[in-house]
Amino acid sequence: MYNELRSHVLKLLKADTRLDGRRATEYREPIKVEQGIICTAEGSARVTIGGTQVMVGVKLEIGEPFPDRPDEGTIMVGAELLPLSNPDFELGPPSIQAVELARVVDRGIRESKAVDFKSLCIEPGEKVWLVIIDICPINDAGNLFDASALAALAALKNTRFPKVEDGKISYKEKTNKGMKVVKDPVSVTVCKVGDALIVDPLTEEEKIIDARLTVASTADGTLCALQKGGSMPLSVEDVEKMVAIGISKGKELRVALER
Amino acid sequence: MTYSKRLNDRKMDELRPIEAKVGVIERADGSAMFKIGNTWAYASVYGPRNLYPKFMQDPQSGILRVNYNMMPFSGSGERVRPGANRRAKEISMVSEKALLPVLDLKEFPNSVVDVFIELPQTEAGSRCAGICAASMALADAGLNMKDLVAAVSVGRVDDKLLVDLDYSEEAYEDGPVADIPIAMMPQSGKITLLQMDGEVTKEDLRKAIGMGKEACGRIYEVMKKALKEKYEVQ
Repeated sequence: MYNELRSHVLKLLKADTRLDGRRATEYREPIKVEQGIICTAEGSARVTIGGTQVMVGVKLEIGEPFPDRPDEGTIMVGAELLPLSNPDFELGPPSIQAVELARVVDRGIRESKAVDFKSLCIEPGEKVWLVIIDICPINDAGNLFDASALAALAALKNTRFPKVEDGKISYKEKTNKGMKVVKDPVSVTVCKVGDALIVDPLTEEEKIIDARLTVASTADGTLCALQKGGSMPLSVEDVEKMVAIGISKGKELRVALER
Repeated sequence: MTYSKRLNDRKMDELRPIEAKVGVIERADGSAMFKIGNTWAYASVYGPRNLYPKFMQDPQSGILRVNYNMMPFSGSGERVRPGANRRAKEISMVSEKALLPVLDLKEFPNSVVDVFIELPQTEAGSRCAGICAASMALADAGLNMKDLVAAVSVGRVDDKLLVDLDYSEEAYEDGPVADIPIAMMPQSGKITLLQMDGEVTKEDLRKAIGMGKEACGRIYEVMKKALKEKYEVQ
């Protein structure tokens, strides 16, 4: 469907350049993380990567723990591909793309054990904190995966617990107690086009990639989640290369978080 | 106790601080941001573009479609469940009717102009903020418009009439409250949205609308300034 675009991108990549003049494994500028932008949320962040902008808000609720984990709270991640942010997104229940995005972000946080679920316990077997993370793209100019994962982490780090009185949350009053986030899982999506591997795809590039691999890793280089997408297969060598790129580029994103 | 002084120390006809910006969403054909106090709205416009399914097309004119949505974390209480609820559907519909009178879509038969209003953060007056953002976004999209649409809520708290109610005033418990969102075409002074809940006399309603008209005039200036900031030739 996009044969001409694809051959154009491939030709550019032979000269190690892209539609916007970037190199294959270069992120767009600026990479910006702003925390605490929404006062109605318990935690929030807006991440900008080039033209892409994503907002993430964290709401806290009190709920019952799962019967098999009576002393643990949990996280829930939701994503809505708002039609405000991209002319191709439509209104309606979350599409499969939105569900995948939410689940990949969820796994990066959950599996890295960035949040100690035991610290979310209020009363074992009775009451625990539910941490609800919602992803809302404002402008989708490509690479929602990496921007959303970074924004979700930044929003979690910004989260303050509200006051609880007689088992009810008083949302207007935030306490000084912050969410304990002990790891920094960051996602890097590496895409394969022809023989080339690129990071931080533009919307146009996302249309013509053969395969992608989202690599979530923590600061010490431990992998915590992977997701292969796209319709073409990857060789073991491809995966090795993509993981290496994912870990090294993840370090760059983590710098933006600490700035 | 009578409501002699506003809980937030504003004057009776004083608006909350406003921030407005045009062209904030690159991918949209037109976009704007409108923030009034803690209420924050984004709007993007896509179109005129082809309308499907085909049976919805009007061969005489383009149609306007407005969708109002609160982000899940935008409420001060519990998380707002995503997706359309009855309230959002109604607000989408009245916002559409509020904006339609300034547009002329005859030039675009079988097409649709989509307006998406998103609220990242709300504290009363969200439909009005959404309409202001949407009207600037429509202008930014380059559509022919007779006028802009400015909107504000006016109301009565106890025995006082005031402009731009915030949450504490909407929830005032020591006396009767009326909340009256109004949208106007500032140049002609005509009303394109009018809702009310609470209790008010017809004299007070007339006065409140007068105050709303004056306040819409001030909002109109802010909106014009934001548009000029993007489009004025240096």
